[in-house]
Amino acid sequence: MIAPDKDHAALANEFNKDEQRVDWHDETLWWVRQKRDNAVKKLPEWEELREAGSQIKNNVLGNLNYYLQQFETNAKANGVHVHWALDAKEHNEIVLDLLLSKGINKIVKSKSMLTEECNLNDYLLDNGVNVIDSDLGEFIVQLANEHPSHIVLPCIHKKKEEIGELFHQHLGTPSGNSDPIFLTETARQHLRETFLARKAALTGVNFAVAETGEFVVCTNEGNADMGAHLADIHIASMGIEKIIPERKHLGVFLRLLTRSATGQPITTYSSHFKKPRSGASIHIIIVDNGRSKQLGREDFRNSLKCIRCGACMNTCPVYRRSGGHSYHSAIAGPIGSILAPNLDMEKHADLPFASTLCGSCTNVCPVKIDIHDQLYKWRQVIVKNGHAPLAKNAALSVMTKILSSPVLYKVAGKLGRLTMKWVPLVVNNRFNPWYKQRELPEVPKNSFGEWYKKNRNHESKDK
Amino acid sequence: MKVGLFVPCYVDQFYPGAAIATLQLLEKLGVDVQYPSRQTCCGQPMANSGFEHLTNGCNELFIENFSGCDYIVCPSGSCVLHIKHHLHSEKNEVKAAGIRSKVYELVEFLTDVLKITNLEAKFPYKVGLHQSCHGQRGLHLSQMTELMAPAFSKPRYLLDMVSGLEIMPLDRPDECCGFGGTFCVAEEAVSVKMGKDRVADHIKNGVEYITAADLSCLMHMEGILRRQGSPLKVIHIAEILNGE
Repeated sequence: MIAPDKDHAALANEFNKDEQRVDWHDETLWWVRQKRDNAVKKLPEWEELREAGSQIKNNVLGNLNYYLQQFETNAKANGVHVHWALDAKEHNEIVLDLLLSKGINKIVKSKSMLTEECNLNDYLLDNGVNVIDSDLGEFIVQLANEHPSHIVLPCIHKKKEEIGELFHQHLGTPSGNSDPIFLTETARQHLRETFLARKAALTGVNFAVAETGEFVVCTNEGNADMGAHLADIHIASMGIEKIIPERKHLGVFLRLLTRSATGQPITTYSSHFKKPRSGASIHIIIVDNGRSKQLGREDFRNSLKCIRCGACMNTCPVYRRSGGHSYHSAIAGPIGSILAPNLDMEKHADLPFASTLCGSCTNVCPVKIDIHDQLYKWRQVIVKNGHAPLAKNAALSVMTKILSSPVLYKVAGKLGRLTMKWVPLVVNNRFNPWYKQRELPEVPKNSFGEWYKKNRNHESKDK
Repeated sequence: MKVGLFVPCYVDQFYPGAAIATLQLLEKLGVDVQYPSRQTCCGQPMANSGFEHLTNGCNELFIENFSGCDYIVCPSGSCVLHIKHHLHSEKNEVKAAGIRSKVYELVEFLTDVLKITNLEAKFPYKVGLHQSCHGQRGLHLSQMTELMAPAFSKPRYLLDMVSGLEIMPLDRPDECCGFGGTFCVAEEAVSVKMGKDRVADHIKNGVEYITAADLSCLMHMEGILRRQGSPLKVIHIAEILNGE
């Protein structure tokens, strides 16, 4: 989606040029992480709930073909049209065809990360269809001609003053007014016109229930409902992994989702859609776009359990200090870094390396995806597929030679320490990324090995 | 009980004091410690960079050095975690599995194997305990703030035995320091920012010494503290526990 002529490290480097802004971004998201902690602490059964969510998704991923067909049958029986899209292109074409067949050239859209993944907005715009995003955060990034930087908090990278300025430029609010209540009311009035005038509404799908053919859309603003209830045609785009077997499983996922996302007990609106109103129609587009390929990758299939809560982003110390746009992918952060290489390994070869493997993401994940282990495994796959930078290949080969040989290791260690001690400029220079903002360790007189030889080399089993 | 002392490469080269303290502490506790002198590195720097397939040489060497020991003890959680999860052998997988099951980080060896209940150590300073991620989330040396589970901390349990030592609470008790192996140079900007934020938390809370069960984190934070000219020092937990 976003042209990645720079990798994560370069984009993060730019983000870090304004340290105060990094602090603000970090603290804002850390505050969301703390809200999550406080919310889940109130549920003594939290860890069991995570386990239940994970196991239900195991069942879903193991029987996906069955549940998808069951869902299709039941949705059709409810009078809902069901479309299947192999990839982003097919998805976008289905949406366009549906709109053109009804002579519609304006739609209102609520939050859907899948349409971001498919780059639907640009496609529709290129084909003469105007799209308005009705989620407040997405509405703001759309005005700024940007993409969401976070899956739950799309404009978390923008300060309220910047939003005030955007509204001044695009919606005619007074210059310098950045009062959140005033700006929200302005957006509300503007969107109300949109809701009333648009004949087509597109929403995402949080959960699709196989046993009933119903689907649930979660929003805090009610914007999905406003769009869908006023439009003649409601198009709902869902990835194949959004299926849950039974309605009762919502009791697990709705409790997990928003506590993990924002620390709320539940989303303000959890809207259940079953059948169209008389005179209106509902179309569901079920999209694969690489998901069945990921399902076939044993080490990575669990990534498809994701319910898009964003908790891994909020807790990730790297995400908080590099910003969502540094991931140059529709879905940022740790989960995005294990999903994106499946779609285009070369383009996203940098993302699994944008992590210290600290493991916090895995611990907050409400469906227990082993995110940091998958980051490690993607690194191996990416290198084996030849996507590691040449310099890194060369450096690692030398390192391997030295570390595989006790003699070379001792010589290299000694030489290294002597060099650092007597010719420190060799390492203490601007070409060494460690030295730019950090001192190297002080060089000791002896290595431990040398000390041991002098002090303890008695009857030990040394050879 | 024959214990093989595993000293990670960077500890061997740059922080011999921590390895000496580990050796002396174990000896004080009556353990028969041997240091196989042909050891080099666990292979983690390659593996975490995506080159696990190049670690066979390190793996075979490790097996050769440590197979004869009853336990392997190392003053670095990260290296122990790597051995536990990723040490394999094409020649002798049974021996590799044996190694994986008997390698311990120093703190967990003291609390879980030796089960020590008191220590003759003194360290009259205000100490900030850095929870190294691989030790904490990988080896479960301490409970993790993300999980809803009872609190415990093996390093804290040991530090509480040290007379005069005061542990200072931190605003973010288990956030990563940003070292991350090759991450520290490949993602220099974010790595440094993480390190700066971590030491700022310790400074804000009146810490005099930052300690941890992993020197890689301490090396990272020390690099930042020294560049800042800060009087705050880092010290490996073995050096505190071995202190007179």
